[in-house]
Amino acid sequence: MARKHIPKLAVWKFASCDGCQLSLLDCEDEFLALAGVIDIANFPEATRTKKRGPYDLSLVEGSISTMRDRERIQKVRRQSKYLVTIGACATAGGVQALRNGRDIAEFMSVVYARPDYIDTLATSTPISDHVKVDFELRGCPINKSQLLELITAFLHGRRPAIATTSVCAECKARGTVCVMTAKQAPCLGPVTQAGCGAICPAYDRSCYGCFGPMESPNTVSLKEQWRNLGANEKDIRRAFQTFNAGAPEFLNAARGHADKNN
Amino acid sequence: MPTRTIKVDYLARVEGEGALSLRIRDGVVTDAKLKIFEPPRFFESLLRGRAFTEAPDVTARICGICPVAYQMSAVHAMENAAGICVTGPLRDLRRLLYCGEWIESHALHVFLLHAPDFLGFDDAVAMARDHGDIVKTGLAIKKAGNAIVSLIGGREIHPINIRVGGFYRTPSKNELKALARTLEPVLDDVVKALHWAQTLPFPDYEAPYDFVSLFHGEEYPFNEGRIVSTSGLDISADAYENHFIEYQEPHSTALHSLIKGHGAYLVGPMARFHFNRALLTPMATMAAKEADLAGGCVNPFKSILIRLIEILFALEEALRLIDNYVEPESPAIAVEPKVSIGHSATEAPRGLLYHRYCLDAVGDILEAKIVPPTSQNQKTIENDLKDVAQQYVALPDEELQWRCEQTIRNYDPCISCSAHFLKLNVERQRSAEAPHGN
Repeated sequence: MARKHIPKLAVWKFASCDGCQLSLLDCEDEFLALAGVIDIANFPEATRTKKRGPYDLSLVEGSISTMRDRERIQKVRRQSKYLVTIGACATAGGVQALRNGRDIAEFMSVVYARPDYIDTLATSTPISDHVKVDFELRGCPINKSQLLELITAFLHGRRPAIATTSVCAECKARGTVCVMTAKQAPCLGPVTQAGCGAICPAYDRSCYGCFGPMESPNTVSLKEQWRNLGANEKDIRRAFQTFNAGAPEFLNAARGHADKNN
Repeated sequence: MPTRTIKVDYLARVEGEGALSLRIRDGVVTDAKLKIFEPPRFFESLLRGRAFTEAPDVTARICGICPVAYQMSAVHAMENAAGICVTGPLRDLRRLLYCGEWIESHALHVFLLHAPDFLGFDDAVAMARDHGDIVKTGLAIKKAGNAIVSLIGGREIHPINIRVGGFYRTPSKNELKALARTLEPVLDDVVKALHWAQTLPFPDYEAPYDFVSLFHGEEYPFNEGRIVSTSGLDISADAYENHFIEYQEPHSTALHSLIKGHGAYLVGPMARFHFNRALLTPMATMAAKEADLAGGCVNPFKSILIRLIEILFALEEALRLIDNYVEPESPAIAVEPKVSIGHSATEAPRGLLYHRYCLDAVGDILEAKIVPPTSQNQKTIENDLKDVAQQYVALPDEELQWRCEQTIRNYDPCISCSAHFLKLNVERQRSAEAPHGN
């Protein structure tokens, strides 16, 4: 009698804080049910079991920042039928991409007395710079509802329903008053991809862009609006240089590229 | 008989990437190393030039399991630099937030990472097939902790509501009352879990630890207190670097720490419990007595009980804080930067977390220093590993290896914090054989 194929899930970690893979364990109501429909074949943070590949679904957390990891991601790709990056590190290089373009030797010397013991690259780069990525989940951290949607969609063989609109759409949907118009607070919501549920404005704080750039963001216009609200160039540069510092649209906005006013 | 080498690809159920090697010659454990090769992310470097207001959000990203700890150490260090102190309901809300993180982080470790070791399961999913009720109870407890962090912080991982001086938005009394109603039933769950945990088979092992933790004197410590040690230290956070030294080992991307003139030490739940157990809440005090721990605990395998006692404390404390809560007039107090140095040590779930920042006149960070709990514990973990391996050296390789893994997991090491993936390598030699002979 033919047995139904239970898909194999693998979770991989590169340079990261572990927060995005923790999101899976944070699904307290769904985790055991999930383990009943998908075979957790490789997830070192949660289990000693390590089953051999190939894996039907690989979730990759973290960025590539060492020579060892640059090789390891190739092996992960070869063993993975469908590879999804989870979070800002894997998708854009993470906060550690702030080293890119800086003096890495000097960076190392601040932390380590013996930099020669340390395996590190001068850059922290997203997974898609190294291998083909089938889907990307945004966020620093990812949203666990989006993670469950991704896995459910995968199990049903459909494309995940993940919005690519801006955070503004989520503020409108939840009825949050705009912090830019009501409080004159410079906000990254208009150029940041939705997915978090627009938490920050709901907490009286402007969006700080942890889900990274939306599709075709108008950063030039937003920067002008920020200046009108009193932000200086340092404020603007810093705002685009955080957890998605390596995302091209934010990197260009921080450097003033494609910016008519600079 | 050839040299016996056991290779395990990783020690699982820890947060982060590391490896471990053990060398046994003629039945004597000669070397035990915890190797950490988590890729360095250079936070202390990339913080330079950032605004003092950015430190809580940036340092949160050091750890997805205990971001609140980084946010708390960062805000308190910045406030120390500015010469201000956050008091009243804002101070209480910070304690409440920290209660949430202790509960979710401890519950993750107790039920999903540590408990399977005692019963011989690879993971909590396998354990749930025979012990479904306890795993479900554990997940419910974890969810309660996350509910606190989520309400006060905005979300469970990398909360968005914490800032130097206070919060962006403070909860209403009604929001907290609704939260209290979800927490109350969990008290009984924790008591039941504690009864169950006491029946686990605990290896007979004790060690003479030099414990280090905060000591406040009036409350079980989260954000304030003096740093005390078994070896007699009693200092404020600004003297930390006079008494603790960090040094680099070739086998770790996490710096090791020692107390000057004393050596290896231990931070975390056992250390906090050692100095502060008289200040536990009523149910937690009773639970410690029932678990026969009222006189202290120096068996690291029993740290699972201490974590459960701290969960019970944190739940009771959360309910007390909610009950006493009066909505503050403003969600934050103003903080004016100046040329200054700020220090802070707070109690992360895994122990003392030290931050120091040097700021310029506009509050930009000139220098940052961060010492996480797991890096401080590395040397003690290695000492324990060597002793436990020696005690159980007669066990077959596979069992010895598991016992060693369990020894490391006793400390809930957060390797992502400290600089993941633990690989265990046991090398057994006889003196007549070449070191790498097969």
